Amino acid sequence: MKNRSDIKKIIFYIVLVLGSVVMILPFLWMLSTSLKTSDATMLLPPEWIPKNITFENFVEVTETMPMGKFFMNSIFVAIVSTFFQVIVCAMAGYAFARIDFKGREVLFYIYLGTLMVPSQVTLTPLFIIMRSFGWINTYKALILPGIFSAFGTFLMRQFFKGIPKSLEEAAFIDGAGYISIFFRIILPLAKPVLATLWVFGFMASWNNYLWPLIITSDASHMTLPLGLASLQGRWTTDWNVLMAGTLISIVPIVFVYVFTQKYIIKGMTHTGLK
Amino acid sequence: MVGNNGMKKFATLTFFLLPSLLGMLTFVIIPIVSSFVLSFTKWDLIGDLEWVGFNNYIRVLNDPIIKDALKHTLMFIVGYVPSVLIIALGLALVMNKRLKGIVVFRALYFIPVVSSWVAVSMIWKWLLNPEFGIINYLLSLIGIIGPGWLHDPSWAMPGIVLTSVWKDIGFIMVIYLAGLQEIPDIYYEAAEVDGVNKWQRFKNITWPLLAPTTFFVVTISLINSFQVFDQVWIMTGGGPAGSTSVLVEQIYKNAFRYYKMGYASAISWVLFAIIFIVTIIQNKLQKKWVNYEE
Repeated sequence: MKNRSDIKKIIFYIVLVLGSVVMILPFLWMLSTSLKTSDATMLLPPEWIPKNITFENFVEVTETMPMGKFFMNSIFVAIVSTFFQVIVCAMAGYAFARIDFKGREVLFYIYLGTLMVPSQVTLTPLFIIMRSFGWINTYKALILPGIFSAFGTFLMRQFFKGIPKSLEEAAFIDGAGYISIFFRIILPLAKPVLATLWVFGFMASWNNYLWPLIITSDASHMTLPLGLASLQGRWTTDWNVLMAGTLISIVPIVFVYVFTQKYIIKGMTHTGLK
Repeated sequence: MVGNNGMKKFATLTFFLLPSLLGMLTFVIIPIVSSFVLSFTKWDLIGDLEWVGFNNYIRVLNDPIIKDALKHTLMFIVGYVPSVLIIALGLALVMNKRLKGIVVFRALYFIPVVSSWVAVSMIWKWLLNPEFGIINYLLSLIGIIGPGWLHDPSWAMPGIVLTSVWKDIGFIMVIYLAGLQEIPDIYYEAAEVDGVNKWQRFKNITWPLLAPTTFFVVTISLINSFQVFDQVWIMTGGGPAGSTSVLVEQIYKNAFRYYKMGYASAISWVLFAIIFIVTIIQNKLQKKWVNYEE
């Protein structure tokens, strides 16, 4: 009996390891290619570990393309937009959860209703609005639309509704208003949800492609995914250089992920199903 | 006194809600309404806006290019949704065995999920390279001559499906894992006492109790699949010979290549209608088949 369950365990591990190989191999192949010379990328059978390791590709891609600039743009846009997203959603979520006002339910349903509309629907008018503001190729255009999230507002409202009112009532009796209660009592309690919302927002902003593609055309405002995609035009077949660029774009997000794993997994399992 | 209180409340409400309300109006609600209005017009961004009634919609429904795009989108869904669901569920079942080191595996499977679509598409474009790509090399090792993948009209979509399945497995798996962990052990213990076999346990306990999760996963993957764009645009740009042209790619092209703002908006509302109908059908089915615990 013991033996049988051992064998089973081994089979499970084999499945998991094989799966991991499939998941990781493409990344290793990217790393390997990025360290190769052009000639070495066209060898058959391919070299898994390059014979001549070169860092030239990283030099080439960062010298010809402002990869540093793309990187800073992505960081800047992601941090600013998620910072405001978290604050704005938390404040609105609190109002929907706690402050009684006329038309609250209707307004909340309008918010929820917008979630059903795919983002592609608003693409053209958003572009037209940005153009009429003269915001094409600006950080404002990259950042602002990402701040306002019906989903984030909904998430925060649900969380605040779950907090017992007695916590606030004590403070009300002491004469505190909504605003001071919100910042002193409610917001500190909401840290895990805020973190979840922040991580999701960060990843969405960091990986966003379609909106920057529409709203930016000059390299000085391009974010990393857009810059990365534009490498294709320059080095069509130089896979070693392309993979070096791809590697540069992947490392930071994997880094963020490693440190925020806990919130991502938690956030996914909580927001996903309830 | 009452008036004063009212003022105070209004000020508080303004403080909390106004930033969100202004932003939602400007960047979400007004664009949604304008998009709907635009879909009944003809406009190239420069000339005058021309009212055309339902013409755009009539054209969308009769446009062979849009029909093809819809067909390819459905092909993507048929390839992608079942594969990603089955593989992710299988992995989640294995992961749910409480083996050591699960956290590491879970973390590894999730790396493609956090990577950007652009990066993933670039990597897979190289992996699927017909001459020097690793996939065709591995196939050649077992005696199969690999296809031209993204360069071959009949293999480009399978290549995109393969890439998408690979990227999303970890995402779906984590949701399934969460669903599995909510099934109480008591059911399995009872089944063990009754001597029920593995397959019956899966069929009679796991699968029915997992139904809410499955419906959730099917719904979001369907909605996401109808909106497939990034990987298509990077990997093939809709080609070769239009074989991977999808709905969102058509919205993008019509709006920002041909500057047909009205027509693009009409396509996007057709997309909305499709997603809306699919969601409603899903919900109906869910009510019929899923038994929630009381």
